[in-house]
Amino acid sequence: MNETGVVLALPVTGEAPRSRVLRRLFSRPPALIAMAVVAAFIAVAVAAPQVAPHDPIKQDFRAVRKAPSETYRLGTDEVGRDVLSRLVWGARASLLAGVIPVTIALAASIPLGLLSGCTGGWLDGLIMRITDAMLAIPFLIVAIALAAFLGPSLTNAMIAIGIAALPTFLRLARGTAMAITTEDYVESARSLGCSRLRIGVRHVLPNMVPPLLIQSSLTVAAAIIAEASLSFLGLGQQPPAPSWGSMLNAAQRYLVQAPWMAIYPGLMIFGIVMSLNVLGDALRDALDPKV
Amino acid sequence: MQLGAYVAQRVAVLLPTLFFVSVLIFSLQKLLPGDAAIALAGEESDPVAIAGIRAKYHLDQPMVVQYAIWMGKVLRGDLGESLRNRIPVTELLASKLPVTVELAVASMLIALVIGIPAGVVSAARKGTAVDVAANAVALSGLSVPHFWLGIMLILLFAVRLGWLPASGYVAPWEDLGRNLTTILMPAFVLGTGVAGVMMRHTRGAMLQVLSADYVRTARAKSVPERMVVLKHALRNALIPVITLGAIEFGRLLSGAVLTEQIFAIPGFGKLLVDGVFNRDYAVVQGVVLVSAGLYVFLNLVADILYFLANPRLRGA
Repeated sequence: MNETGVVLALPVTGEAPRSRVLRRLFSRPPALIAMAVVAAFIAVAVAAPQVAPHDPIKQDFRAVRKAPSETYRLGTDEVGRDVLSRLVWGARASLLAGVIPVTIALAASIPLGLLSGCTGGWLDGLIMRITDAMLAIPFLIVAIALAAFLGPSLTNAMIAIGIAALPTFLRLARGTAMAITTEDYVESARSLGCSRLRIGVRHVLPNMVPPLLIQSSLTVAAAIIAEASLSFLGLGQQPPAPSWGSMLNAAQRYLVQAPWMAIYPGLMIFGIVMSLNVLGDALRDALDPKV
Repeated sequence: MQLGAYVAQRVAVLLPTLFFVSVLIFSLQKLLPGDAAIALAGEESDPVAIAGIRAKYHLDQPMVVQYAIWMGKVLRGDLGESLRNRIPVTELLASKLPVTVELAVASMLIALVIGIPAGVVSAARKGTAVDVAANAVALSGLSVPHFWLGIMLILLFAVRLGWLPASGYVAPWEDLGRNLTTILMPAFVLGTGVAGVMMRHTRGAMLQVLSADYVRTARAKSVPERMVVLKHALRNALIPVITLGAIEFGRLLSGAVLTEQIFAIPGFGKLLVDGVFNRDYAVVQGVVLVSAGLYVFLNLVADILYFLANPRLRGA
């Protein structure tokens, strides 16, 4: 790691860097468990129509707030909808809410970070001051304020979370790009007459991937919590479409009569976020040459 | 470098940041879909009333002029008027701030009591079961959704055991005992998240310090291990943790949105959410502006504390 705190390259030991990272990653049992949980989460979200035992939005007023049973494995909610099926379909909203904001943040931060880090000057100063200003407003407050002004919907919540996550990515992308531009191989490329664009795309960009990958895995976790928070407040996924956050919001009113409505959605969020955080930590350790 | 010069240098860096913060917050109202005057009018559809709102809020002026007028008012402490309560936003914010500050202080105390000892023990016993367990607990604190933890605590301590009130707030000058019972659960919910951050940072800083030469010298001089850890290592390891504490405190002041909502604590967070649902945009802007201002200010405090605690910076 250099003075900017960015992991740039792995030490030379004869083993290919990619296989070394994978070996380090797969040699850690917590990382393996986390990967299995994340893979199961993605599989459930993608195959929700096949996995869910019941229609997630079909109401059954004869089965209101039923405790877990053979028919309804995790019980039913306040209008008789199957909690398990809503959790399965809610995984889709969470997966989208985790991936799309990170994609938005990456799509904006990579070109801007490259531009800022490689060119410097007044443009770099301007981009960084705006980034500092965005970082000064706490993540969830930005997301809530944006979602409030844009209007409540899952799409707007994802845009809001993506914008709120942008400054962290931008700062990291710019710092990495700046550090890479001082490396010997970039100097060599420059002295060989490579254009700025070619240096940026061929030499700087590929080396920006490791730190951005670590940040992405941690931000997916933060984005899932942020979406659940916004949906909990009524600013994300709109009813009757299922989301873990909105399920928790409804559950608050029935804590005495139907505690299962509150327990399972929270456990799902906790499980996936914990797994993503473990994976992020393991990725950072695997990519860090000092470890 | 003298403290005064250092503070002046930091403030000079913060001023452009604050300017851009104000531009971003001002721009928020421009995100309103359609005509802002119609949105601000709410259910009122009379064209004369809408024209009145447009003139009152200077929406018929160019954007730069609108910003200059808004900023001028902000600098005079005028954040507009709440559309719902018909009282100045500044007054509303001033009435909610003590509640949020009390919650943030209580949360920070819980975070310090859990996070720092856990980080010290974890570093001192690196690689043992205690270290693994402390790391797992810290990561859990960072991963658990606070609003869910709040609901679970209500379920256990209010619904099942009946030990604590499920929600509500009593000011300390009205009844200190009831104040503590109402603040305990929300403070614990917020404190656990910060404790996780504190623990990880304390552990990292301790590990770095424990491998330093002067610690090795102290050990070579047969200084008891307890003294090495608590006197020689912890004092230096706490320098970055103090600054982190100031930053986390800033986050707590503004990050209690959902916790305040769940426990019905009438602070900044609840004011923001109520503002969102009442489409009271002046309140939303006011909360975001003050939160960002406090956050920037506490970052400055963190820098100053770091300067004061680190003799190497003072000598630079």
